[in-house]
Amino acid sequence: MSADRIVGIDLGTTNSLVAYMQGERPVVIPGEDGANLVPSVIALDENDQIIVGNAARKYLIETPERSIYSVKRLMGRGVEDIQDELKLFPFRLAEDLRPGEVLRIKLGQQTFTPPEISAFILRQLKRNAERFFNGPVSKAVITVPAYFNDAQRQATKDAGRIAGLDVLRLVNEPTAASLAYGLDKRQNGIVAVYDLGGGTFDISILKLQDGIFEVIATNGDTHLGGDDIDNLLIRIALDDIRGDMGSDLSRNGEAVATIRKAVIEAKIALSSQPATRLNIELPGGRHYQREISREQFEQLIQPIIDRTVGPCKQALKDAGLKPEQINEVVLVGGSTRIPKVRSLVEGLFQRRPHTDLNPDEVVALGAAVQANILGGGSEITQNMLLLDVTPLSLGIEVAGGVTDKIILRNSTIPASATQYYTTQVDGQANVAIHVLQGERELAKDCRSLARFDLKGVPPMAAGMPRIEVKFLIDANGILHVSAREQRSGKEAEIEVQPSYGLTDEQVESMILDSFDYAEEDFRQRQLVEARNEAGTIMAALDKAKQSPAWGQLTSDEKKQIAKLVKALDQVKKEEDYGAIRKAIDALNQGTMRLAELMMDSAVSTALKGKTMDEADMGEAPEAGHPVAKADFK
Amino acid sequence: MAGNEPKSSSSLIMPGETTSACWSCGEMRAAHFCSACGKVQPPVPVDYFTFFDFPRKLNIDAGRLEREFYELSRKLHPDIYARGEGREQQWSLEQSSLLNDAYRTLKDPIKRTEYLLKLEGVELEEQSKAATEKARATGQVKKQVVPPDLLEEVFELNMQLEELKAQKKMGEDDPALIEEVGRQKLELEEKHDALLQELKGYWNEWDKLVDSGTDEDRHKVRDKMVDLVNRRNYIRNLVRDVNEVLEG
Repeated sequence: MSADRIVGIDLGTTNSLVAYMQGERPVVIPGEDGANLVPSVIALDENDQIIVGNAARKYLIETPERSIYSVKRLMGRGVEDIQDELKLFPFRLAEDLRPGEVLRIKLGQQTFTPPEISAFILRQLKRNAERFFNGPVSKAVITVPAYFNDAQRQATKDAGRIAGLDVLRLVNEPTAASLAYGLDKRQNGIVAVYDLGGGTFDISILKLQDGIFEVIATNGDTHLGGDDIDNLLIRIALDDIRGDMGSDLSRNGEAVATIRKAVIEAKIALSSQPATRLNIELPGGRHYQREISREQFEQLIQPIIDRTVGPCKQALKDAGLKPEQINEVVLVGGSTRIPKVRSLVEGLFQRRPHTDLNPDEVVALGAAVQANILGGGSEITQNMLLLDVTPLSLGIEVAGGVTDKIILRNSTIPASATQYYTTQVDGQANVAIHVLQGERELAKDCRSLARFDLKGVPPMAAGMPRIEVKFLIDANGILHVSAREQRSGKEAEIEVQPSYGLTDEQVESMILDSFDYAEEDFRQRQLVEARNEAGTIMAALDKAKQSPAWGQLTSDEKKQIAKLVKALDQVKKEEDYGAIRKAIDALNQGTMRLAELMMDSAVSTALKGKTMDEADMGEAPEAGHPVAKADFK
Repeated sequence: MAGNEPKSSSSLIMPGETTSACWSCGEMRAAHFCSACGKVQPPVPVDYFTFFDFPRKLNIDAGRLEREFYELSRKLHPDIYARGEGREQQWSLEQSSLLNDAYRTLKDPIKRTEYLLKLEGVELEEQSKAATEKARATGQVKKQVVPPDLLEEVFELNMQLEELKAQKKMGEDDPALIEEVGRQKLELEEKHDALLQELKGYWNEWDKLVDSGTDEDRHKVRDKMVDLVNRRNYIRNLVRDVNEVLEG
């Protein structure tokens, strides 16, 4: 069973979560700090160690050049795609980057690709889950925005592999949310999922029928979300400061990070109160203050949230539905907490949206449901099946730079198309194929997915070969290509060069690099478990001090135990796993006689030779017990 | 495994296929999955009608098609074989992509008709592809065969559309012209619907002939449908062009 433990992961722009199916219900697995959300923030600390999540947030302000957030915006993209992003986000690209190469981001003196940075987040989630299960976790379902293209999906899968996860499925975020919703409601009907997160917007329209979740249409914008609202507010604050104080802070990383933190807090406050006050201490001790009313805020963000209207209308049109035919609208993503967003959705679909689900968690919970289905299902999920679609049309460049669409958007996946090619010159051995994704007529306006050569075409007169090329989009929304020359029956060799992806060799080498971190993971886990065990044994000892057996010990024995406890308490705070282990063993030895006395008084004979924590028959804290003896290989 | 309980569905056993054995349990197998143990089978190249075990008829009960689609999805989808061995995963991927392609085609009345005509030896798609390629090679705008009875009307409409485009470019607005184009669009839409109705009439004829007609009878109906589908597609493209200009 434990070998098949599959978790569901929401790898978000702002926050990431890991969840699993606990019996009949999906639940989020909290981190060591007890929080369900792991901020998608990565930093290098003073010792060049990677820090992830809440602990990394302080570095955003203290050492912005050694930290990064919203890396999801860079997944599967080339340097020419992200010029707008570079103006708004403090991403620092490696200086030696060449066009067409996978992006590399500077963090201190090191550089990482976006999948590697995402892998740090995934590794943290994996660690949280392993701590929770007290055992290894190696399989996951990861969610992606429905409107992610092939390169963005591939990059997410690569991140999973680098983090040591077997990614069984990529699930679209709104679809995952619908699974969590459907599990809850168990009703047939048409549901629209409006998902406005930190960096991406998706709209999906689904038909729910007897456990089948069939996506009818999806649309979106992979660069629209709460980040855009934050950036707008930051720009206004920076303009104000320049006007009032005459200083341009836009290039001051620390100041921008401080302002960013404050405007995000103000944005959140305005969802529950009519006005809020920005009060920002700037470097140099000066203060920037400004009162913002909800009304002003709503006016400011209107152009941003209006950008969700077009995709919603297109999705309805593609689904062939009128707004009144939608039975329920489900809200997903932190930005849907903004009252103005809710009223916009209400106006669009002419009904009050469903807001019972926690918009931050519902995607991860749905991913856990899908993980459960893939693992063979349980009683509650056995009838559930997700039928998703490809969000973008797949095309081939033909003469004249025109896109010939071969799989249309909103086709249920897996989907396939077969094309036939021939040669234009006698004896031609290669045929070049350019695969595109997008809705535009011209190839140059679509996203280039891959260029590849059909090699080894047998020598024939021009126009004679008949090369059958099969394009197949799998259940993850990722393209596979195979080819065969039909006249000779020869399988043609295909070399697919993803336009902005990592090659298999690159991913392999990153996996090798990541073993360094895996070792770190292992060390961390041992440490956590030893600390837990130390806590358990100390708690048991405290309890034992109330028992009559304690009174039977000599004062020397008591003194010796106190010494051992002090020693354990000391090393427990440090990072040396071996020392903690030793101190635990010493305390176990030192309390052997106490344990015997306790047992004698409790049950009498037969149980001699037990150690302290085994002798404690009360309910020991759950975390402890034989954990440190578990073998992690 | 969930959704895999042995459940025989006799409608899915293809004639001629029932004698081969399931690779997994050795029992009788159906077209796509074994009727005894439920396991996915290697795909056999079949046409979309055969895939659903439907006769090659054009009237299809949409409800039944959807039910079959859902049922087959429960048997063939890659989710069900996520823990299966490599070849099962591959077969399930191929089978379910075939299922989805088949469902997408049969669900849509026009795509269904075009697909059937293709099975009957008419290469609608190839024709238009060849025309497209030729147009591109010669650098000319692709010429569609204009149905003769529409010639005059289409000529005038195209002139008006050009004028409207030019006006929009200049930022001008001619409500009378917009109204006129809108009126013609309505007419075209009515024509489109009439053609669809006429086409459906031939569906009924075709379906009768499948069981009891001669080749000659069938060819007559087939050619009539080719004509109707071409005209219908032509008008649909025209309406799309008008919408683009009006909305653009």
